[in-house]
Amino acid sequence: MENLIALLVAAPLLGAAVLLCGGRRLDAVGHWLGTALAAASFVIGVVLFADMAGKDAEHREIGQHLFSWIPVEGFQADVAFQLDQLSMTFVLLITGVGSLIHVYSIGYMEHDERRRRFFGYLNLFLAAMLLLVLADNYLLLYVGWEGVGLASYLLIGFWQHKPSAATAAKKAFLVNRVGDMGLSIAIMLMFTTFGTFAFGPVLESTGETSEGMLTAIGLMLLLAACGKSAQVPLQSWLGDAMEGPTPVSALIHAATMVTAGVYLIVRSGEIFNAAPDAQLAVTVVGAVTLLFGAIVGCAKDDIKKALAGSTMSQIGYMILAAGLGPIGYVFAIMHLVTHGFFKAGLFLGAGSVMHGMNDEVDMRKYGGLRKYMPVTFVTFGLGYLAIIGFPGLSGFFSKDKIIEAAFAKGGTEGWILGGVALLGAAITAFYMTRVMLMTFFGEERWQPAPDPDKAPSVEPGIEVHPGEMPHPHESPKVMTIPMIVLAVGSVFGGAFFSIGDRFIHWLEPVTDHAHGHPPISALAVTMSTVAVMVIGVGLAWLQYGRRPVPVVAPRGSLLTRAARRDLLQDDFNHVVLVRGGEHLTRSLVYVDHTLVDGVVNGTAATMGGLSGRLRRIQNGYARSYAVSMFGGAAILIAATLLMRAV
Amino acid sequence: MSFLLTATAALPALGAIATAAVPAAKRNAAKWLALIVSLATLVLAAIVLVRFDPGGDRYQLTESHAWIKDFGVRYELGVDGIAVALIALTALLIPFIILAGWHDADPLETGNKRWRPTQGFFALILAVEAMVIISFEATDVFLFYIFFEAMLIPMYFLIGGFGDRAHEHGEEAASTQRSYAAVKFLLYNLAGGLIMLAAVIGFYVVAGHFSLQTIAENGVPEMATSTERWLFLGFFFAFAVKAPLWPLHTWLPNAMQESTAPVAVLITAVVDKVGTFAMLRFCLQLFPEASKWATPAILVLALISIIYGALLAVGQRDMKRLVAYASISHFGFIIMGIFAMTSQGQSGATLYMVNHGISTAALMLVAGFLISRRGSRLIADYGGVQKVAPVLAGTFLIGGLATLSLPGLAPFVSEFLVLVGTFARYPVIGIIATLGIVLAALYTLVLYQRTMTGPVKAEVEGMPDLRVRELVVVAPLVVLLIFLGVYPKPVTDIVNPAVKQTLSDVQKQDPKPEVEAAK
Repeated sequence: MENLIALLVAAPLLGAAVLLCGGRRLDAVGHWLGTALAAASFVIGVVLFADMAGKDAEHREIGQHLFSWIPVEGFQADVAFQLDQLSMTFVLLITGVGSLIHVYSIGYMEHDERRRRFFGYLNLFLAAMLLLVLADNYLLLYVGWEGVGLASYLLIGFWQHKPSAATAAKKAFLVNRVGDMGLSIAIMLMFTTFGTFAFGPVLESTGETSEGMLTAIGLMLLLAACGKSAQVPLQSWLGDAMEGPTPVSALIHAATMVTAGVYLIVRSGEIFNAAPDAQLAVTVVGAVTLLFGAIVGCAKDDIKKALAGSTMSQIGYMILAAGLGPIGYVFAIMHLVTHGFFKAGLFLGAGSVMHGMNDEVDMRKYGGLRKYMPVTFVTFGLGYLAIIGFPGLSGFFSKDKIIEAAFAKGGTEGWILGGVALLGAAITAFYMTRVMLMTFFGEERWQPAPDPDKAPSVEPGIEVHPGEMPHPHESPKVMTIPMIVLAVGSVFGGAFFSIGDRFIHWLEPVTDHAHGHPPISALAVTMSTVAVMVIGVGLAWLQYGRRPVPVVAPRGSLLTRAARRDLLQDDFNHVVLVRGGEHLTRSLVYVDHTLVDGVVNGTAATMGGLSGRLRRIQNGYARSYAVSMFGGAAILIAATLLMRAV
Repeated sequence: MSFLLTATAALPALGAIATAAVPAAKRNAAKWLALIVSLATLVLAAIVLVRFDPGGDRYQLTESHAWIKDFGVRYELGVDGIAVALIALTALLIPFIILAGWHDADPLETGNKRWRPTQGFFALILAVEAMVIISFEATDVFLFYIFFEAMLIPMYFLIGGFGDRAHEHGEEAASTQRSYAAVKFLLYNLAGGLIMLAAVIGFYVVAGHFSLQTIAENGVPEMATSTERWLFLGFFFAFAVKAPLWPLHTWLPNAMQESTAPVAVLITAVVDKVGTFAMLRFCLQLFPEASKWATPAILVLALISIIYGALLAVGQRDMKRLVAYASISHFGFIIMGIFAMTSQGQSGATLYMVNHGISTAALMLVAGFLISRRGSRLIADYGGVQKVAPVLAGTFLIGGLATLSLPGLAPFVSEFLVLVGTFARYPVIGIIATLGIVLAALYTLVLYQRTMTGPVKAEVEGMPDLRVRELVVVAPLVVLLIFLGVYPKPVTDIVNPAVKQTLSDVQKQDPKPEVEAAK
């Protein structure tokens, strides 16, 4: 069985290699090949899962050592895999949702001339993501970590001729690199502290070093997680990442890659358990982001950006739970999985809507679509009910548990974190109801398709005739079937995991689990969660359901305007980092040209008249080159001869 | 006693003479001759690689003959793992450089103002190869010095004589700037060399011989602390100019900007490596105490190089200058790794020399192909190239990703080793150096974005994709970048024992981890 682990990664990697190097001959079959290899990886995952489930809880972890990667004195980095229940959960999520999205993309990307390359990148992403969750040490995890970043970069910028897409791709990579600094430093700290960075030895030895060291490592891991999972203060790239094709937003920027930060923290649980300060920082980042994303989500008129705000916010919940320690790890992962279903489903639904609406993304120009796209409406609606935590659906179980665990942290912190999580649930209900109402209900506010030359934001690859009114229609089966499957997961996933505490028993041997004791009864927490959800839905209905939605966005309050601009974080980045950086580099270019060059030349002048000669050369006296040249050669030859003579 | 090392250096030297002697009418014959000679040299280098036993003596395949008896100068060759790795790199890159520069020295179609000796171009490249290889092989300080200096002469002609054809200000201005760059290169390096010459003589006065092999057997000669420090500085200065280290770097952007892309690769990927190699071989081995004494200052300069080079790369408008400043940043990493004096740092630094050679070659040669199509080095003159030439754009991106040390590609392994090796002894410097990975992503991706993405510029339309000859150059480099990123063991196995030796020369041990973790 162990030998199958490498195949999990190898199948999509082979797909990427063949599709990207294969050339135009493969254009006709590329998408089928890519999908088949993703599915193959899923099948291998299921086989491994069946095998794992058959063993008793304590003996489920298996590993595969492939080869020694960087053999240097005192430094051991291996290409070796570890498959335990936590990795298994991710493997099934990644390959399962990944395969569905491959299928969906066959339809979605049908008219794109570079579809083969798109599938190559998707396969590359799967391979890197699987490497990330299967690595048995932090350095190999880093390879997967950057690999998914590369795939994300390539896919956000897939329509490279759009300057906005190219800029968004670069931004995502750069912001992630800041996070990578954190991961690098964390690995270096582990190396100097433990002499290794393999999961097993590091996580077993946490008791032998100081809390300060563990806090430092924990904070650096948190920085890494902030980058990859779009948490404050490194969240700014995710909204722009929506420039990528919608299946990419569903797979990478909702269901899988952006949750890698949660994986990193839960995987490093032993480090955080022994470093309460780092844990506190994790919960604060989670709490701040869950509000930040939710507020941004309320103000966006672009359906994908509203969903992106929502993703940020939901990952905030997961990070918050992961910061709570053993009372939260299991629920962080459970929410991660259910979120993977419903958010992927929501994005695919959004893609389906765009498909039928001339690629319009502005929800103010939708309205009344439920009659025209019934399957999309129902599947999107089920995803909607799941994310707002409608009782009985997936999100209800997983989010409620996180809110409960937040209260259970105890003390003032517990009340604050629990309160924030509750407030977030209300805002979630608000913005998601807003999306639902603006898209599928109300009057039809459709607008003629813009001229693609004037409005470069239109997704290319789909035929749009300028000036034509949209003819909303249901998407083909190849797109709706994945949506239906994900809707089923959104409805039943949470209940399936929660009945008999299945998910807790499954993950407990890896992540450890402690039962939290909230200061108020669990029932009261659940009641309040449902109550705030109803309030959120009600408020949204008052504003967007009862009243007509204006096609042009009203000016809005100060907060709305700030939220539309991602709470001004980009403006801050632009003024401080971009402008400041430009000034810095420009002045340095000047300094290098005049000062450093000048001083070095000048110093040399005092020693050998170098500067004078150089100045003359600048003036273009051709003969002086020759003189200098001969001078140099003469010195050389003279020196050699002199040595011989001595 | 074998003549393998002599042969490896002599073959390209003889090849250079033969190539230069080809009559002007048979330009193509000269090219093919040079290519064949460089490939044969690669075969010899491969034999060196195979014959070298990583577990064996420190210096292997040694040759030793008296040369200038009165003065104790010997013709003495021998290679350790570090030298073998770098000889292999050199022999590997030269055929690609020749192939990439296939048309760079063709006579100008119009005007015919300047005579461009095609055979000369290729002969000079082979001459540089020969001198670089023998510099890596020489275990006699004076023998090393001769070739360390002599390689300036062919380099001078390569920089000054053959530039990019098109130039925004016309051929006249281009010629002036080229000459300026060439002379600046020469004078900087000669200045370094002269100071080194003084130190070489000084070393002889103290030691009475020039032989590294003798030192390996009998230990470092006794010398007063101040003498050792002065001599160390003399050697180090020359190597720091060549590497180059901040603030002695300003010749490199000029030289790389003005020369053709293959020559720029020759400078930064091959010739400059002699500088960092010599730091490892001569500075550390001849002057261990002084090396340790100077370490803090050198580390700070290396750190400045890393950050400063990267920041300046961000600010460049000329893509060849950008690559030059990126290289300055990378040389900072190499020097930092050497002077961190840890196994990871020095193995990483050696690996870095190899990987930087390959990655810069990939990036710079593709940039050269791009420049030859449009006739401009300015980044702003491009845009949307990926739409018209996807393979060119793809390989350019891979070269760029290697330059920013993407995990999975070779430079990541070496950069991480250098960082971790530095961090183990100097945490603050290690952490600041980590900033380099963010800046590297910035200059690389901005370069890619501005040239390759966005709407297709009118001047770029109709630009042909990579030709077969260009693909033959780039594809093997890309394969190597991936292979050595996944499986660097073949190189580390050769390098590790030599690093262990060097560390024992300076009597440094790796810092122990705080906790002996359960393995």
